[in-house]
Amino acid sequence: MTPDEGREVARGGHDLPEPTAELVAERTGMFGAHGTGDTSGYGGLVRTVTMPPAAARPYGSWFDEAVDVLAEVLGEQGVTFGDAVERVTVFDPRRRDDVDPGTDPSDDAELTLYVAREHLVPVCQVLRDDQDLRFELSLGVSGVHYPEDAGRELHAVYHLTSVTHARRLRLEVTCPDADPHIPTTTGVYPTNDWHERETWDFFGIVFDGHPGLARIEMPDDWPGHPQRKDYPLGGIPVEYKGATVPPPDTRRQYS
Amino acid sequence: MTAPAHDSPPAPHAARSTRPPSEDYGPSVPGFEASGGDWDEIAREAIGEERIVVNMGPQHPSTHGVLRLMLEIDGETVTEARCGIGYLHTGIEKNMEFRTWTQGTTFCTRMDYLAPLFQETAYCLGTERLLGITDDVPERASVIRVLMMELNRVASHLVCLGTGGNEMGATTVMTIGFTAREEILRLFEAITGLRMNHAYVRPGGVATDAPEGFTDQVRAALPKVRGYLGQLGDLMLANPIFRSRLTDVGVLNLAGCFALGITGPVLRSAGHPYDVRKTFPYSGYETYDFDVPTDTAADSYSRVVLRLEECYQSLKIVEQCLQRLDDTVGAPVMVADKKVAWPAQLSVGSDGQGNSLDHIRQIMGTSMEALIHHFKLVTEGFGVPAGQTWQTVEHPRGELGVHLVSDGGTRPYRAHFRDPSFNNLQAVSVLCEGGQVADVVVAVASLDPVLGGVDR
Repeated sequence: MTPDEGREVARGGHDLPEPTAELVAERTGMFGAHGTGDTSGYGGLVRTVTMPPAAARPYGSWFDEAVDVLAEVLGEQGVTFGDAVERVTVFDPRRRDDVDPGTDPSDDAELTLYVAREHLVPVCQVLRDDQDLRFELSLGVSGVHYPEDAGRELHAVYHLTSVTHARRLRLEVTCPDADPHIPTTTGVYPTNDWHERETWDFFGIVFDGHPGLARIEMPDDWPGHPQRKDYPLGGIPVEYKGATVPPPDTRRQYS
Repeated sequence: MTAPAHDSPPAPHAARSTRPPSEDYGPSVPGFEASGGDWDEIAREAIGEERIVVNMGPQHPSTHGVLRLMLEIDGETVTEARCGIGYLHTGIEKNMEFRTWTQGTTFCTRMDYLAPLFQETAYCLGTERLLGITDDVPERASVIRVLMMELNRVASHLVCLGTGGNEMGATTVMTIGFTAREEILRLFEAITGLRMNHAYVRPGGVATDAPEGFTDQVRAALPKVRGYLGQLGDLMLANPIFRSRLTDVGVLNLAGCFALGITGPVLRSAGHPYDVRKTFPYSGYETYDFDVPTDTAADSYSRVVLRLEECYQSLKIVEQCLQRLDDTVGAPVMVADKKVAWPAQLSVGSDGQGNSLDHIRQIMGTSMEALIHHFKLVTEGFGVPAGQTWQTVEHPRGELGVHLVSDGGTRPYRAHFRDPSFNNLQAVSVLCEGGQVADVVVAVASLDPVLGGVDR
């Protein structure tokens, strides 16, 4: 597969003339009140939460070159670029209102590759080793939970830095809540060891092949994964040496 | 000594505290067992071999907080070193999802408590990028941010050098380090009102302008700090005991640094001049004149030298900042957009720093719209367009990264901090294994972990 073909797949083919935003959630009302409790009068409001759409060529800056090189090297290894990278987005907060593919992105623009989880490790390997890419420094993994993004609830976000070329790149990998598995990248970036443990601890993403996927911040026997959106803030009774410390809102009041 | 089989675990009601020599060791070997956590399991694994498992921390004074080290030692040699963290985990990132974007600085300032201004600035730069107002931040606000960060870098390095010396028995190094840091904390107090947990840097600028006479106060303090740094250098760098304790201890070469994602002084001690201030400049760092010192010895001693050098470079930047502050007296320190700028007009009253009474009188008495706007902005906050961003700054301990995700609401959808201490602690095994037990303290001190940042 040539880079040109990869480019088309990344855009979702020729059928989509204009990039459309990626819908991840829909919110209604305001102030968090619903049903009869909502006296605000804003219950009918509907707000859609969208993430940046797939970018159209040319991406501008160094982005085109890097994606082309990645597609070429993946092609040499027999991996179709469109299979490995589901979507390419360029998020440029300063160009948001006038989506004009002709203009060059600002300095704030960030390139994100949405990588299919089964191709994550080969993609990382190419990004690290190819002399035109050289993303030799990984700055860890961050999880994000989108409970309304059906089939792609859990996202793992990798931030790579090329010290050689002074470039930054974000990889985003998704997995469904029902099958929360993503291959580990510790073979390519050993530094991701603790970061993946942290993401497992907080989001419940299982990094297959990780050398020791244990909880790192929470106690080993902690039930649940606290950074998920369905996990409450506080209100968890804590057991300490046999005694139970109740949640703050159920403690004795002194007033 | 033969190892008896452990078919059955000890009875649950067996004495769990210190107890007489276990029968496992035979009558001739005196020993005591500690208990708690997974300790029994670790100890059971080790029985039958000529090795000792030592649990160091989490309350050990030389582990820089609540770091737990599990050391397997053979005589004086460390054969395996593992870290246990999480004792200071407070869920700051989760809490930030429930507060407005402005309130976020109050939380992230508490992460790495020795370098609070770096978290604040990184977080605010990320928020500003999501808002698309990076260029609108006033010049004076950026200068104050740089000034505060560089002073903070010196203060943080002083604690690193001071406690590092103290852990080796050099108490004078510690007292000098903390005395010098006190000078800088006084400057922080003068401008933010607090010695730590400032919440001073805000999305769009800084909370309040530098008070009158602040630059003179800094200028008066700098020679003292420089003098203390000179004393520290005299005490440490030529001291033969200090040198022999640190040289060739905790070595980590360049390939190891990149593999483990180590940045900051540890990476620079291995010879690579990677510094976010130079490679990905922010807050106008490209307009300041400073050097990035490097070394090639890659050991603990070179890291001490580098930290001292970095302090001098930071002071050089501070002097340039002072000049710019003098040139921009009276210029705004917050973006002009009233939809983002925190409406409070702070002033120094008789009871210390607080809201300007004139401002309150004005919005309460003359403009209902201003009052509504004030109320909405303070209680609900400002909306940030949906998207995600990654912002890094050069923290005293390495590259601090902030991953911010917004869903278009008035609170962060996700805020993740890639703390350099968290990442760098992964190197403990590499630094310590094969060395002596006494060198563990030196090696960990050369990483300078701060557990508030590690556990967040």
